[in-house]
Amino acid sequence: MSEEDIDKNRRRFLTAATTVVGGTGAVLAAVPFVSYLQPSARTKAIGGPVEADISKLKPGERAIFKWRGQPVWVVRRTEQSVQELKDMDSKVRDPNSDEPQQPAYAKNEERSRKPEYLVVVGICTHLGCSPNYIPEGSPDAPEPDWKGGFLCPCHGSRFDLAGRVFKGVPAPTNLLVPPYKFLSDTRLLIGADEENKG
Amino acid sequence: MNRIALAIALGGALLCWTIAAPAMTEGPPLYQARVDLKNKASLQRGLRLFTNYCLSCHSAAYSRYSRVARDLGLTEDEVANNLMFATDKIGNTMTVAMRRADAEAWFGTPPPDLSVIARARGADWLYTYLLTFYEDPSRPTGVNNLVFKDTAMPHVLWELQGYQKPVYVTEKDAEGREVQRIGKLEPSTPGLLDATQYQNAVRDLVNFLVYMGEPAKMMRLEMGPWVILFLVVFWLVARQLKKEYWKDVR
Amino acid sequence: MNGVSAACCRAWDGLIGWIDARFPLLKLWNEHLARYYAPKNFNFRYYFGSLAMLVLALQILTGIWLTMNYKPDADLAFGSVEYIMRDVDWGWLIRYMHSTGASAFFIVIYLHMFRGLMYGSYKKPRELLWIIGMLIYLTLMGEAFFGYLLPWGQMSYWGAKVIVSLYGAIPVIGPDLAQWIRGDYGISDVTLNRFFAFHVIAMPLILCGLVVVHIMALHEVGSNNPDGIEIKKKKDANGVPLDGIPFHPYYTVKDIVGVAVFLILFAGVIFFAPEMGGYFLEDNNFIPADPFKTPPHIAPVWYFTPFYSILRAVPNPFGGVVAMGCAVVLFFFLPWLDQSPVKSIRYRGLSSRIALAVFTLSFLILGYLGTQPPNPVTANLARIFSVIYFLYFLLMPVYTRVEKTLPEPERVHYP
Repeated sequence: MSEEDIDKNRRRFLTAATTVVGGTGAVLAAVPFVSYLQPSARTKAIGGPVEADISKLKPGERAIFKWRGQPVWVVRRTEQSVQELKDMDSKVRDPNSDEPQQPAYAKNEERSRKPEYLVVVGICTHLGCSPNYIPEGSPDAPEPDWKGGFLCPCHGSRFDLAGRVFKGVPAPTNLLVPPYKFLSDTRLLIGADEENKG
Repeated sequence: MNRIALAIALGGALLCWTIAAPAMTEGPPLYQARVDLKNKASLQRGLRLFTNYCLSCHSAAYSRYSRVARDLGLTEDEVANNLMFATDKIGNTMTVAMRRADAEAWFGTPPPDLSVIARARGADWLYTYLLTFYEDPSRPTGVNNLVFKDTAMPHVLWELQGYQKPVYVTEKDAEGREVQRIGKLEPSTPGLLDATQYQNAVRDLVNFLVYMGEPAKMMRLEMGPWVILFLVVFWLVARQLKKEYWKDVR
Repeated sequence: MNGVSAACCRAWDGLIGWIDARFPLLKLWNEHLARYYAPKNFNFRYYFGSLAMLVLALQILTGIWLTMNYKPDADLAFGSVEYIMRDVDWGWLIRYMHSTGASAFFIVIYLHMFRGLMYGSYKKPRELLWIIGMLIYLTLMGEAFFGYLLPWGQMSYWGAKVIVSLYGAIPVIGPDLAQWIRGDYGISDVTLNRFFAFHVIAMPLILCGLVVVHIMALHEVGSNNPDGIEIKKKKDANGVPLDGIPFHPYYTVKDIVGVAVFLILFAGVIFFAPEMGGYFLEDNNFIPADPFKTPPHIAPVWYFTPFYSILRAVPNPFGGVVAMGCAVVLFFFLPWLDQSPVKSIRYRGLSSRIALAVFTLSFLILGYLGTQPPNPVTANLARIFSVIYFLYFLLMPVYTRVEKTLPEPERVHYP
């Protein structure tokens, strides 16, 4: 087998061709293996919207519902609390909710569909701990003149009663507002709204 | 020579294996269901029969309404509004309201889950089973079945098919004794459908059961040729590469 | 452009050099691929070794994925398999790859073993190589047996029940042994749980270890070939066998062709006949395990049926177990049972050829009979072919010695 007989270009071409076709096949074959790890039909069904009964919720109280394995808080704010939100604008990082952390209908001062009710996912946007609810006047208030809000036990991030993150804390963004809608005055559907069926 | 003989021997043995597939079902010959998974209208009619007649006792606990809707070309609302009786969530599986203990008390044996029944029994068996209920006063349900003797299931589709009564023929068995055997079934009480309509209805139902046994079947049959085509291309390229390198070998 | 690629090359060589100073990378590469000299006259029967490795890799990969959703719990197992088949994206494909892969593994291994029988690959100096291979086969049987219980269908349940009961036939310790294997009075959740542990951890670990040892042993003694002569006897000035070619690139590119053909057939089954007429996935296994209802006909999966036939052929249960065990164990002794002066079937006499053909045929017929319900006719047939099966081994010292062999060539035939 003398060197001259070898058509090196042809060899190189065929090696490349086999590699490309084989590599394409490997990538295509990887698709099912990657997709397999996505949420399954059952997971999606379980993660569907949940109904929440808020008829027993008194002003100033918070209720917790489970949606997709996460806590969703519904806080019934007092009229005073709603008024005070305006005063918090200077303390919070994103007062106008410019970050896309909420559906369009919650991009307002109260970050909610109805000023009275706050609906947020109770997971700190820093590293995923669940903050504590600390109402106004509570002995646990982290600072004087606390108007009520949430304090994360892990790294001390603070949020106001609209779920807006304070300046100077580790959490980067406001708490997430999930899609939701009112089925009646006292019944909520969490995880779905007019556009998003969940 | 040697090689040919061996090939014939191997081929013969394998052929004999394949022909005598392990379908050991004894009993009368089965009618051919001739189902067609591509026939969406038939599958939809089958789904309707299934939810109306089967799902009150049998579950299909691995099958989700939402998946069925999507695969059969129905909207979720169509299924939710017309065909969901035991649940209100489209993402749920086809469970049944009847309690297992009740079912056991009523039928003696709980009605099996039907999710994969078509894979266990085969389409032809199910088709024949649903066609061959006949009157038998000795049974608690008043009916018996040609392919599933002494089945605990009542003739649920009687209002569609009506009732059939057996016509016996007398035969001699191997030892020369005279035995009675059911020769055929003939209608005794008419149902809402005539014989052909009923066969078509059952075919639709079995079609749906076959679909439900393996919802991915349509997809795999569609994908298969493309995968194989791709692999053939790979094979052709790889063979050229091999030939090129093997020019060195003398 | 050239500058860039040269720099790239240098960087690559540098990296390899760095690794090589710390790990015998080049040495391994050369010993097992680039300077492993394989006979140039391999035919298609030499594809099955690399194909077996491919199937092993596929089984491990798909197995890991299935394990993510499978639940080894008697109440949940059957449903979790259906969950994979329906609710998990592409779960059906991965499950069919695994179930088809199990049968493909045995097809490939049986053909690999048959190649060994044809060309006398078990003969000196490859006795140990053959024995390691047989250990792989035994482990694979265990792996398949444990895995078959996992879908928790009727065939899973009753198959396991029957096979474990075989241990119960052993005198004195049998019943206790069977109970110890099950961990319960019958096949139960407990059994399922431990079989799961064996199937996903113990057996695959042993299998992988044995495969490495098998390849090390192969590369120590060198591959046999269809002419059954040692290529190492004729070397050139550099010590390279005259009839040897480097495994890489020649056999790597060739094996890729084999892989492509295999994958075409494999995909054909997965996409068009995953049940393979009830041989790869049995109808009854789509009915959940029911300890109160035995299916009308139980048979093991096709790859065990030849041995199952031998088991049934012996009227005494313990005798049957012994016969079945011997049917497997006899393979281990082939290197010493075979007294022929030549390796390959090409240079053997007529009696060896007939013996191999008849043995192969009886193996297949026993396999077929094992799938059938027992009746007097098949039982007698199974007896006849069991005897033939054993005679192949037991008479081997005689017929390999007395027959007239052809002279082996000096060099291999190529093409």
